[in-house]
Amino acid sequence: MHLELRDIHKYFGRVRANNGINLTVEPGRIHGILGENGAGKSTLMKILAGYIQKTRGSILIDNSVIDYNTPDQAARHGIGMLYQDPLDYPVLTVLDNFMLGQMSGVRNKKSAFRERLKTLAETFRFNLHPDTPVAMLTIGERQQLEIMRLLSIGIKVLILDEPTTGISTMQKETLFSSLRKLASEGESVILVSHKLEDVEALCDTVTVLRQGQVTGLMDTPFETTSLLRMMFGTPPEPPGKIGVEPGNIVLSMANVSALGGRTGLSDVSIEVRQGEVVGLAGLEGSGQDVFLRIASGLIKPFRGSFEIQGQVMNHKDYHACSDAGVAFMPASRLEEGLIRGLSITEHFALKQKQQGFLVNWKNAFRKAESRIDTFNVIGRPESTVESLSGGNQQRLLLSFLPQNPALLLLENPTRGLDMESVRWVWDHLHTYCEKKTSIIFSSSELDEIVMVADRVLVFFEGRVVKDVRTDETCTMELGRAIAGRV
Amino acid sequence: MHESAVIILLASVVAGATPILLATLGETITEKAGLINLSLDGSILLSAMTAFVIAYSTDNILLGFVCAALVGSVIAGIIAFFSVYLHQSQVAVGFVLTLMTRDLAYFIGSSYSRLQGPQVSPLALPFLQDIPFFGMIFFHHNLPVYFSLCMIFGIWWFIYRTPQGLRMRSVGENPHASFARGINPRKIQMLYATCGGLLVGLAGASFSLCIKPGWGQPQGAEGTGWIALALVIFGGWHPVKAAIGAYLFSFLQVMSIYFQGWVPSMPAQVFQVAPFPLMIFTLVLIYLVQKESVMKWAQDKPFVRSVLRALSGAAPSALGKSYQQD
Amino acid sequence: MKTAGTSSVTVWQYLIDSLVMLLVVFAFTTFVLFLVGAPPFAAYYYIFKGALGSWIKFSHVIKAWIPLTLCSCGLLYTFRIGLWNIGVEGQVMMGAVLTTYVLRLGTHHSSPAGFLMLAFCAGILGGALWALLAGYLKTRGGVHEIFAGLGMNFVAQGIILWLIFGPWKRAGIASMSGTEVFPTQLWLPHIPTLRISPAGLILAVAAIVITALMLRYTKIGLSLKAIGNNQNAAYLFGLKPGRYMLLAMIFAGGFAGLAGSIQVSGVYHRLLPSISSNYGYLALLVVMLSNYNVWIAPAVAFFFACLNVGSIQLPMVLQLDSALSGVIQGILVLATLAVQGLRILRKDAT
Repeated sequence: MHLELRDIHKYFGRVRANNGINLTVEPGRIHGILGENGAGKSTLMKILAGYIQKTRGSILIDNSVIDYNTPDQAARHGIGMLYQDPLDYPVLTVLDNFMLGQMSGVRNKKSAFRERLKTLAETFRFNLHPDTPVAMLTIGERQQLEIMRLLSIGIKVLILDEPTTGISTMQKETLFSSLRKLASEGESVILVSHKLEDVEALCDTVTVLRQGQVTGLMDTPFETTSLLRMMFGTPPEPPGKIGVEPGNIVLSMANVSALGGRTGLSDVSIEVRQGEVVGLAGLEGSGQDVFLRIASGLIKPFRGSFEIQGQVMNHKDYHACSDAGVAFMPASRLEEGLIRGLSITEHFALKQKQQGFLVNWKNAFRKAESRIDTFNVIGRPESTVESLSGGNQQRLLLSFLPQNPALLLLENPTRGLDMESVRWVWDHLHTYCEKKTSIIFSSSELDEIVMVADRVLVFFEGRVVKDVRTDETCTMELGRAIAGRV
Repeated sequence: MHESAVIILLASVVAGATPILLATLGETITEKAGLINLSLDGSILLSAMTAFVIAYSTDNILLGFVCAALVGSVIAGIIAFFSVYLHQSQVAVGFVLTLMTRDLAYFIGSSYSRLQGPQVSPLALPFLQDIPFFGMIFFHHNLPVYFSLCMIFGIWWFIYRTPQGLRMRSVGENPHASFARGINPRKIQMLYATCGGLLVGLAGASFSLCIKPGWGQPQGAEGTGWIALALVIFGGWHPVKAAIGAYLFSFLQVMSIYFQGWVPSMPAQVFQVAPFPLMIFTLVLIYLVQKESVMKWAQDKPFVRSVLRALSGAAPSALGKSYQQD
Repeated sequence: MKTAGTSSVTVWQYLIDSLVMLLVVFAFTTFVLFLVGAPPFAAYYYIFKGALGSWIKFSHVIKAWIPLTLCSCGLLYTFRIGLWNIGVEGQVMMGAVLTTYVLRLGTHHSSPAGFLMLAFCAGILGGALWALLAGYLKTRGGVHEIFAGLGMNFVAQGIILWLIFGPWKRAGIASMSGTEVFPTQLWLPHIPTLRISPAGLILAVAAIVITALMLRYTKIGLSLKAIGNNQNAAYLFGLKPGRYMLLAMIFAGGFAGLAGSIQVSGVYHRLLPSISSNYGYLALLVVMLSNYNVWIAPAVAFFFACLNVGSIQLPMVLQLDSALSGVIQGILVLATLAVQGLRILRKDAT
């Protein structure tokens, strides 16, 4: 099935997410869409899969124009998308998830679906049992289920949106081999990613997007530097390390275990000193989030002890840790970091520490103005935080951090930011190191950790499997540890 | 106690549970599809009045039931409409409606107060009533009671064994995923909220034409709707467990009449209000049990932990949230 | 606690929306009146006359406005933090109970003014404690405030009935008309012809002003808003949501309890079963209709009070049940919610 996108435009108000994109996908080929965060890849794919409407342009299948409004209609034309976080039903079983959307009529042909599921699973060597609740599957397994479901409803063009975040290396290999198999049977596969190594390993052709437009087209074999130039224009300068002499122990954990997240935390013992920058590596949900939340007092360990600057903090809560000099920045900006419906001024008013009954609005306004200026936030003091863009929300969150904390705990501080902003964030954070603050941050980008941190802790299934200085290791070794092969 | 006294007691439990059972089952469907119908209490009153007035005026009991069912579904449909198409809070609309339908019931029904009206005639089932012990308890009643008994199984079958039920559950859990699969969450929510409301209407009718015949201000059904809402939670959104709750509640109601006889010195108000502190107490219990001790016991059994989390009578994930198609 | 739809609208659109809304309300009410075979315009006329037809009737409206406004002010705190304080009805009742208790102690004492003030404090305390209990059930017991509030409303009603028919019953026959009437020195002083108590009026106005100031200028007001919008983020900002929820409940209960005090000492001069007169539930509607705005709420409360007082005439002149006022109030709020929803749809379509 020959698929063509012609002159696709998508405007969100004044923002041109897609600005005249042309794309041709041949059957039996794996086509990569490469680009940085914000390049317009997700928008384009959502249009293709029927989740959003294009502003202008046309979509053609086998040279005839087709029109559709919903994902379901797109599926009937044979186009389907696998979300990074699959849209499924955790409470229901694998079989129920598989059946939903395919059933018709009054009678329940459960046994027929069971057979179909079994056949598909065997073909791809996916190990899924029909009666398991989906809540108990890993992300990789949920993806596998969704792929089988899409194939079962007759998808000929399979779009995968950043599928390799949060799955193990072994699952990635299973995924890639199943995609190759699909291509060999005449399906088209579109892989959307910002990870060069995935695209280079799997795809036959690559279209590179930048700022809503196509900046290049390349066939295999790929030339990395050309691809990078197409993605970024001029290659950005990576932020570096600062290398401060570590001082006294700020955080120490001894045999700490806790519940939380997907895996909890088991038996972690660590010491972090003043001025150190420690990166937490590992698949999302391997325990890094639990670690950070224990250190900030949000989760209480049920075993072991942990101390902040010599004080035992096991049974203390978030507010007590905050008083002891710990500052925490959550990953989810609008869910945990910022309060929807409140303006920037109101956020600063909330942060006012001085005692008193009344809010000092003048003071809060002035503070808001000065911080907006210092941190280059595009917004006004009276703007509500949800009206800011993601990058500006991140800058705002950073402006809330106290001036002299003993310990900074940051969950994914650069998620969703472009290279320039990442650079700016780390320049700013390094000023804390000069003040002897310790920084512990989690990141899903191994490159970032290796470039910026002095030390890296690798988490796997709730345990710390590697604790090493970044200049004594390399990305490959860390990658192996992340996958569990230490 | 004599066996015959026990039989009479249990029989009255079964009969008396009918309205609250129907309302609870109806609300279970509504909530499984993701909507909260807070107007239950007023809905029951309005449909009770409708049933009585229609049956009285036309001398046709069946018509009374039908109209009551219609009233119940319309009210639920209004809440669904406000949530699905107008994106207003289900709690807000439901609360306004619970007050308004009660006032409507009192206003329209005021001229029919304390009148003697038609009642459902008893209907003992021929062979089943002769079964020793159980026969008298279950099969010596009337049609609405038998209907409610059948509904327990019927609703369970529908929710867990039919594709329509699966589709309904999918909308209550994750309407976005359903939309992506070609299931229309709006239509499903409107449809099943209305169906749930239908049962609520029948519950009201069974009050005024069967259990507490007649109409008045107060009618006697006041407070039932709130209990039904609590019973849905108590039953973990499962129709059979909720039905057990309904029968337990009816049992306590019947027993309180006996208690009043045994302890005449206790003020009557204690028995009248007793359901409500009990309801609060039960809800607290459910909350505490799900919290610490169970989780602690399951702490080093990750399999058990995730099973408990995924399957333990949890509310439908999208319950109460207005679905927005982005 | 605002439902979606508080967007900026042009004045013209607002007027058209309001007009459509009133038309809908009018049409629906007329339809209901038609159902019972009543003459609609006569009904409207008698309601109007019953509320504003004479100074005495007007004083009844004010007497209804005072507790309604007090309850509404209190509810603004709980709505702001995102709580549905349906228990406000019971909080009024318990305020009334404690007030009656104190006044009964003071029946034969010498300083009635002192006892009145004490009774008012007791009323505030009663409402606040009752609300605090519901708050604890939510924060420690995980019971949704709707269920806790409702359950406790029924319990409060039961307590009142028990007191009226039991320990506090009238000499001779216990009756639904309540306890023994208090001696006149324990009545809230009032302007003779109008029978309005200036104290009650002052308290209501003070409540409005205090609430407006609290919500806009104090840390408490800002914290309530922050927690109401995003509990998790507010926690990370250093706030303790549980504590503020209890605080909001205390405020709401206190105002409601004060309303109960005024009902006992200024309106009925005794405790009776329907002492709260549905004002608690009605206040919830008032606040919803006022878009959670402290300056609009008293105006809406006035309108609702007119409806309530006016419809008392209906049973006598037209043989209609006075519950018609509740129907009108309900359809008003419903129509407002509908208009809000339509506004969003209109905005999305552009």
